[in-house]
Amino acid sequence: MPKEAMPNLGPSLQHDTPPAENASPKKQGNWVPVVLIVIAITYLTFILLIPAINVFAEAFSKGIGAFLRQLTTPNFLHAAKLTLFLALITVPVNMVFGLCAAWAIARRKFPGRALILSIIDLPFSISPVVAGLMIVLLYGRNGWFGPWLQANDIKIIFAFPGMVLATAFICMPFVAREVIPVLEEAGFEQEEAARTLGAQDWQIFWRVTLPNIRWGLLYGVILTNARAMGEFGAVAVVSGNITGKTQPLPLFVEEAYKQYETQAAYSAAVLLTLLAVVTLIAKEILERKTRIKDVE
Amino acid sequence: MAISTPSQPIAAGKNPIRQLSKLSWPWRITLGYLTVMLFLPTAAMLLKASTQGPANFWRIATGPVALATYDVTFITALLAGATNGVFGTLIAWVLVRYNFPFKKAIDAVIDLPFALPTAVAGLTLASVYSDNGWIGSLFAPLGIKISFTRLGVWVAMLFISLPFVVRTVQPVLSEMEVEIEEAAWCLGASQWQTFWRVILPPLLPAILTGVALGFARAVGEYGSIVIVASNIPFKDLIAPVLVFQRLEQFDYSGATVIGTVLLGISLLILLIINLLQAWGRRYA
Repeated sequence: MPKEAMPNLGPSLQHDTPPAENASPKKQGNWVPVVLIVIAITYLTFILLIPAINVFAEAFSKGIGAFLRQLTTPNFLHAAKLTLFLALITVPVNMVFGLCAAWAIARRKFPGRALILSIIDLPFSISPVVAGLMIVLLYGRNGWFGPWLQANDIKIIFAFPGMVLATAFICMPFVAREVIPVLEEAGFEQEEAARTLGAQDWQIFWRVTLPNIRWGLLYGVILTNARAMGEFGAVAVVSGNITGKTQPLPLFVEEAYKQYETQAAYSAAVLLTLLAVVTLIAKEILERKTRIKDVE
Repeated sequence: MAISTPSQPIAAGKNPIRQLSKLSWPWRITLGYLTVMLFLPTAAMLLKASTQGPANFWRIATGPVALATYDVTFITALLAGATNGVFGTLIAWVLVRYNFPFKKAIDAVIDLPFALPTAVAGLTLASVYSDNGWIGSLFAPLGIKISFTRLGVWVAMLFISLPFVVRTVQPVLSEMEVEIEEAAWCLGASQWQTFWRVILPPLLPAILTGVALGFARAVGEYGSIVIVASNIPFKDLIAPVLVFQRLEQFDYSGATVIGTVLLGISLLILLIINLLQAWGRRYA
């Protein structure tokens, strides 16, 4: 018996287990996805999930009381107020700019269109620190407008206006970026129809354009807001980081960490993380809404 | 000749003004905002840099500390980009092709680095990867320190650049037809051959674009790295932090020169990204 079987097994004897090799495509099909999924999730766990969970674990490690107490300190309250004001000013300003830019660019093809699109995207490519530096060189004491500003006793650098400028610079592209594709897809036939029916420019905007782009616009505004509230580098350069004066939440987090006030740092970090979580959930919902519209 | 030359500048000067008045309001607001917010600040920095003169500019831009920061910034960002090129593609593949529990949640979590303020990222990465942190304590017995070293810079760069690769590769992958792979497989290609010869070539432009986008972001990153690193020159000091330190010492020319170098490199990466995207469109 073994002698008869030998010739058949001969060629693949080095492999020791020929039947397994024959079945390998099917078997591989079974374990390859599992291995890949495990690798992917492990990587995400180390890079994203554990750091994210750690924020909450550290903030609540001494109980909810300790967490809540941090949220009533004057420095924290001032930082939170400053962050809110920054967002309240920069988000609407950037929204108006984004809408105008999207309207101007999506309307028609013209030479230099790609260039203008790249220019609008530029703040994403410029390091936040370099953006802050630019604003200092423009409005700072030795900057272009420095002498004039000093003569008129206007403070921009190391003060709130400079922080507004830096934040607005950093989150400039979001709205235009989200609205342009939506506008392009919607086309302008409906607006032209409204115009021939005698609608005014404002009526066309409120009744026709805005309903078409509302989800894209909202998404752009949410991203702008997340970035405006979270911006660190550019604001750190122009603000001077004076506790209780020019220190918004992200700078408060760093300062508290550097002063070994871990509980204060993590309590503020929890709020900023919740902002990120809300942003992600809103993104998920808005993407679903636009997808449903596409299908229709 | 002498008479005609003065009239030309006037005509040329009048034309833009007349063109500007013909522009609609959205155009005026767009160009005005871009001028005040983007062009003026950029011009201020470039002019300030140009007052240095080429020799001085070169001396500051290639000073020993500056060179060390370029090494840390660009080499580490490149390594982080390459790492994410592999793992980001793998994650995109897993998310597009396979079904598993919590897939939707994991897909949504990928965008966390876009939404999470960088200061929070730095704070939590610094403590998770420190010697007594959740992950750092696993490596500490091996003598590997992550937080406050160059490895920490690498981890922070991994964190912030991951979504760029995944989100660029994902749409291309989901548009790819499974039939082509099945055809390759039917024709006798092994899994590796199918991957290298059929799947990877059309994905490559998207992967490289994602890596370049992530690299650009990592090179400019400040918030998370300033917290996760010890910011010591020649060890783990990155170029954006150096710009910040120079500004704190009121060394405006030093900050401007290094800032200009960073701006130039950002623009160069932007150009490369555009070329990569043009290449990718050939496959579409």
